[in-house]
Amino acid sequence: MSIVTVQLGQCGNQIGHEVFNAICSDVHGTHGLCSKKENESYHDACKERFFSEEESEVPVARAVLVDMEPKVISQTLSIAARSGYWKYNDRSHFCQKQGSGNNWANGYSVHGPRHKEVIMNLVQKEAEKCDRLGGFFTIMSMAGGTGSGLGAFVTKCLRDAFPTSFILNHVIWPYGTGEVIVQNYNSVLTLSHLYQSSDALLVHENDVIHKICAQLMKIKQISFRDVNQVIAHQLGSVFQPTYTAEGGLHYSRNPLGDLMETLVPHPEFKMLGLRNIPQMPENSLPYSTFSWPGLIKHLRQMLIANAKMEEGIDWQVRPPQLGSSIPSSHSTNKPLHFNTSIANLVILRGKDMHNVDLGSFRDPSLYTSWLNPQDAFNAWKTPRAFNKYEKSASLVSNSQFLLKPLDNVVGKAWNMFASKAYIHQYTKFGIEEEDFLDSFTALEQVISSYTIL
Amino acid sequence: PVSLPFAVGQCGNQVGCRFWDLALREHAAVNKKGIYDESLSSFFRNIDTRSGGDGPDIYKGKICSLKARALLIDMEEGVVNEILQGPLRDVFDSKQLITDVSGSGNNWAVGHKLYGYQYRENIVEKLRKTAEHCDCLQCFFIIHSMGGGTGSGLGTFVLNLLEDEFPEVYRFVTSVYPSGEDDVITSPYNSVLAMKELNEHADCVLPIENESLFDIVNKIHQMIDSGKLGSTVKQNSLVTSSAGSTKTVQEKPFDAMNNIVANLLLNLTSSARFEGSLNMDLNEISMNLVPFPRLHYLVSSLTPLYTLADVNVPSRRLDQMFSDAFSRDHQLIQADPKHSLYLACALLVRGNVQVSDLRRNIERLKPSLHFVSWNQEGWKTGLCSVPPVGHSHSLLALANNTCVKPTFIELKDRFMKLYKKKAHLHHYLHIDGMEQSCFSEAISSLSDLIEEYNELDATKGGPRTDPSRLKIAV
Repeated sequence: MSIVTVQLGQCGNQIGHEVFNAICSDVHGTHGLCSKKENESYHDACKERFFSEEESEVPVARAVLVDMEPKVISQTLSIAARSGYWKYNDRSHFCQKQGSGNNWANGYSVHGPRHKEVIMNLVQKEAEKCDRLGGFFTIMSMAGGTGSGLGAFVTKCLRDAFPTSFILNHVIWPYGTGEVIVQNYNSVLTLSHLYQSSDALLVHENDVIHKICAQLMKIKQISFRDVNQVIAHQLGSVFQPTYTAEGGLHYSRNPLGDLMETLVPHPEFKMLGLRNIPQMPENSLPYSTFSWPGLIKHLRQMLIANAKMEEGIDWQVRPPQLGSSIPSSHSTNKPLHFNTSIANLVILRGKDMHNVDLGSFRDPSLYTSWLNPQDAFNAWKTPRAFNKYEKSASLVSNSQFLLKPLDNVVGKAWNMFASKAYIHQYTKFGIEEEDFLDSFTALEQVISSYTIL
Repeated sequence: PVSLPFAVGQCGNQVGCRFWDLALREHAAVNKKGIYDESLSSFFRNIDTRSGGDGPDIYKGKICSLKARALLIDMEEGVVNEILQGPLRDVFDSKQLITDVSGSGNNWAVGHKLYGYQYRENIVEKLRKTAEHCDCLQCFFIIHSMGGGTGSGLGTFVLNLLEDEFPEVYRFVTSVYPSGEDDVITSPYNSVLAMKELNEHADCVLPIENESLFDIVNKIHQMIDSGKLGSTVKQNSLVTSSAGSTKTVQEKPFDAMNNIVANLLLNLTSSARFEGSLNMDLNEISMNLVPFPRLHYLVSSLTPLYTLADVNVPSRRLDQMFSDAFSRDHQLIQADPKHSLYLACALLVRGNVQVSDLRRNIERLKPSLHFVSWNQEGWKTGLCSVPPVGHSHSLLALANNTCVKPTFIELKDRFMKLYKKKAHLHHYLHIDGMEQSCFSEAISSLSDLIEEYNELDATKGGPRTDPSRLKIAV
């Protein structure tokens, strides 16, 4: 089954391009460290998922590029074509000239309806090229106007046009200290609207990735390109082919569906966080060795202590005692910052992953009580190494990972809303105070639901 | 997207002239192959002149003949004629000019009511023609001074007109405010009458004060003369210089000061024209920096003022650039944003600067700045890959800050000095359409604006109580 990617706005297009790059470079790399046959299966599965065969020498990404100004798309198309390994379809893009002005209302209420037909036609064309459509993957930032506003509108259209397809929104959380002044408004409006149409939101926070670039990748002058490449690596580590069943003979063909099934049992809980280890500068890789137990131990502690990366993990945090009726995060004596999960997915890539002990992830004390612990945890694996890492482990988690960031964004937006600052910029394009209030209410509901897990 | 500048009046056209010259210089430095591209099309049309005269527009391919997208308006012929006879003559044609002979006599009413009425149709027609050639018109720029008659009066008339005819296109105004020692006695009247129009019809105003431009020019001269700069300064990097421009041969007296304003406009539009990792368009500036409709006055600062000829720029110097942007002597009006209250701040960086440099400096400078309680992290940032000519990097800071208040208060005081004595009022009141109420409404509008800034200032440093959040029934 194939995934159609929709890249929205500057951020969405810049990241999308890095994702296809990462996937391609992984497939063409010589570090698969597995049998030729395995490599070929992997290659084929990846191709079917992300690329189509067209009358061109190189595979063509299954993607639609959308932006309200032309510079980024034009750059993205030309850089991709120059790589020589893959390209975008020359016609699979739509752009305008004037941009959305960081205005969610402009993106959602003006550009959305105005360009709906053209955009959905492009999506339809890509969908039709797929033998079997596995769903949609949209990439957008919440901070600006196009990715956020137009992105929310397009997601709604996707849901209307493809009611039974899976839709996964990849959402970029902006830096806390402003890229855009009205980013919190745009974020609140985006999240509340996406929640209604999409199946799940997979989130990356710029602040977190930035830290990874600084502390783990040891990059001195960090650019957005560096940040986007780490994000692309992490996404690749989730979406490249895996075996989802123990002893499976074929690479899974329905990644989005499998993801939703394992991680989103209830529509109230759609916020997914992503962790990937190890991360280090490329030139350190030859000197490093990893053991699965070590990686699993770190990943599990990152989960329960809500650590954003593998350095600075709080090892003091422990799961609550089984049988206690009150989760330890509510304990007044000692705040344990324990991260309660609804469901978790671990993905292992590299040799000898067959006998890795994942029992620590199946511990019922990690989870809320409403799912059978057997169902709350899943593992996908492949012996094929990913992107030059001899072993790598990823965690996709539906847990309280994003509770604090969400609460922060809503708090800041509410603070600004109380003063009514900038509201006139939104009402100008048809988003009224009541619409804001609806969005705030919806998100407070989500916050409340995740808090009482 | 296209930005369309209107130069109105003597000052406006002198600045405009520098702007077009430096714009050509900037694009020539980047566009080595002579291809007419998207970034050039923001300011210039490409005309096919092979068959002589004005041919059709060429949208792609090699540059044939570049024509500025602009309207030059003056009620005196001197400055505009000079432009048309000078090195920039090929860049304009007569269809873009609206001139008269006798000037506005430093009288806002003559500019606004008399000439406004007289030239309205002419202006609308030329405006429509110019707009027709634009694929996507995003923004109008009005460049003018506040103290005289044409720039001030006719300039604000054009502002009104733009709102009527093209309500969806953003209106940015670069206004040169008169100083206390201005030799035009009635400049306070002209300025306050114009302020009312700016309050009501502009999306964003970038006030400029001659004193600040003058101080910057002096500072540069002193540095060069005193030899403090050590190794040579790159001539074409000076924010005041025309060096390296393709057209100009001889520098004129106000050129240095006007070049600063021209550079301001180039930097402001750079991210809309050139690519970068975090684009910042003009509509984004308006969106992020104007939290309430009338509070749309933005204090600007440009750094660096020059570059030394040595190539290696360690991080420390980069950080110095950020510090300078907030220092009093880099502001283009006599104001000190550091000691007043920020409503919002934008940083547009050009050149080899990455997001980590930006963040490091924001973290470093934040503690010394006061932001309004509902916008504690009120930063809008942009990264444009293409630096200005002669520089490896540069920074434009735009602040919506209460430090504009003193400028407005002084203006009000100077106005009241004249108005109380009814000095020179008759020159205005005898113009058709002018009444005493025009004056009282104008000063009232200015007073209200000052009061809004006062209210904000009163909140500075006060206790901060965040509003309680919505409660959800579980």
